[in-house]
Amino acid sequence: MNNNFIKYLYGIADNSLILGQRLGELTGHAPSLEVDIALTNISLDLFGQVRSYFQYAAQLSEGDITEDDLAFLRTEREYLNVLLVEQPNTDFAYTIARQFLFDHFHMLLMTEMQKSKDETLVAIAKKSIKEVSYHKRFSSDWIKRLGDGTEESKQRIQKVVNDLWRFTDELFHTTEADEAMIKEGIAVDVKMLKEVYYKNVNEILETATLEVPELKYFQKGGKEGIHSEHMGFLLNDMQYMQRTYPGMKW
Amino acid sequence: MTEEKVHINEVLEPILREVPDPEIPVLSILDLGVVREAILEGNKATIKITPTYSGCPAMDVIGDDIVSALAKEGYEAKVDLILAPAWSTNWITERGRKALEDYGIAAPLEESADKKALLGEEKIVKCPQCKSTNTHLVSQFGSTACKALFKCDNCEEPFDYFKCLI
Repeated sequence: MNNNFIKYLYGIADNSLILGQRLGELTGHAPSLEVDIALTNISLDLFGQVRSYFQYAAQLSEGDITEDDLAFLRTEREYLNVLLVEQPNTDFAYTIARQFLFDHFHMLLMTEMQKSKDETLVAIAKKSIKEVSYHKRFSSDWIKRLGDGTEESKQRIQKVVNDLWRFTDELFHTTEADEAMIKEGIAVDVKMLKEVYYKNVNEILETATLEVPELKYFQKGGKEGIHSEHMGFLLNDMQYMQRTYPGMKW
Repeated sequence: MTEEKVHINEVLEPILREVPDPEIPVLSILDLGVVREAILEGNKATIKITPTYSGCPAMDVIGDDIVSALAKEGYEAKVDLILAPAWSTNWITERGRKALEDYGIAAPLEESADKKALLGEEKIVKCPQCKSTNTHLVSQFGSTACKALFKCDNCEEPFDYFKCLI
């Protein structure tokens, strides 16, 4: 059971870790100072949450494992984040749409995690949900602003929503470890969140005068450790310091 | 507002009161409400602190500052980080709110007013410089995770607003 629990923790934590890294790449590069500060603030919140999960996972693991080992020294296949969060920043529309599609899921997950039988997860969820509600507000506002903005902004955000939509179904995929932990009453059964997720997201897209994509084919793999081609480059950047100077501390 | 009972040992209290928040140095960590318990047994002190935001980089510094402030008075301190119950802006004391305002940071409004302010629906955040409420939101995210950025349309000064967190 312990092993499944640790895998379950990786799954949740890695989403925040990899998305936090993507947002961190924008430090000093966002389109305006306010947006730059907002995106890096969100990144910081996500990293803070990751630390809580990894400190807990390290406690539950055998041997002398630290939160840094978990963040920086696993191989690509050992990261269990969804494909959505590893997609590159590309342009502002991608950054916002990726955030928007994740935040709405994250909010539902944190709401449900407060009912877990595990006290630590409940504490992390209660703390995180306050932060995530700010993230969701920020990304939803931008979706509306871009969708209901100029012809150019509308067309570009629509294109990206269409493009990233294929990654949304994976958010509700469960692994074997997830299923085992759902049975224990510890994990959130994300399959149950799907309907309300699409309802919430679609509502905002409609307010933003955007079309809800109709798609039959979705991509998945990240939760099982099978990532897109972007993941290796991201990890290369993120792990460089720890691999070059093993055991380095701030 | 909810009043949380916090046990702070009375010998340790004046020492902890002198430890400032590293990012808002006018604010004592006691007035910020991050110290959740301070126990003294012999010369060993155990202090429990809780983060304002998960990623708050000040927490490690606060822990170190507590250890060194207590060491100066001859106490051996151990600092534990706890997550539950989650910190709330309601835990900022009256003295803390006043210190924020004097420093130029608008203190948090209560929850529903805060929402209206951050959505730009109502002009209710008071400029800490000229006290006018003729202010507008520049960004929901400010110089640190706990603040939003506002500008006063009366005196033209930009200022930070400490976001409500319940």
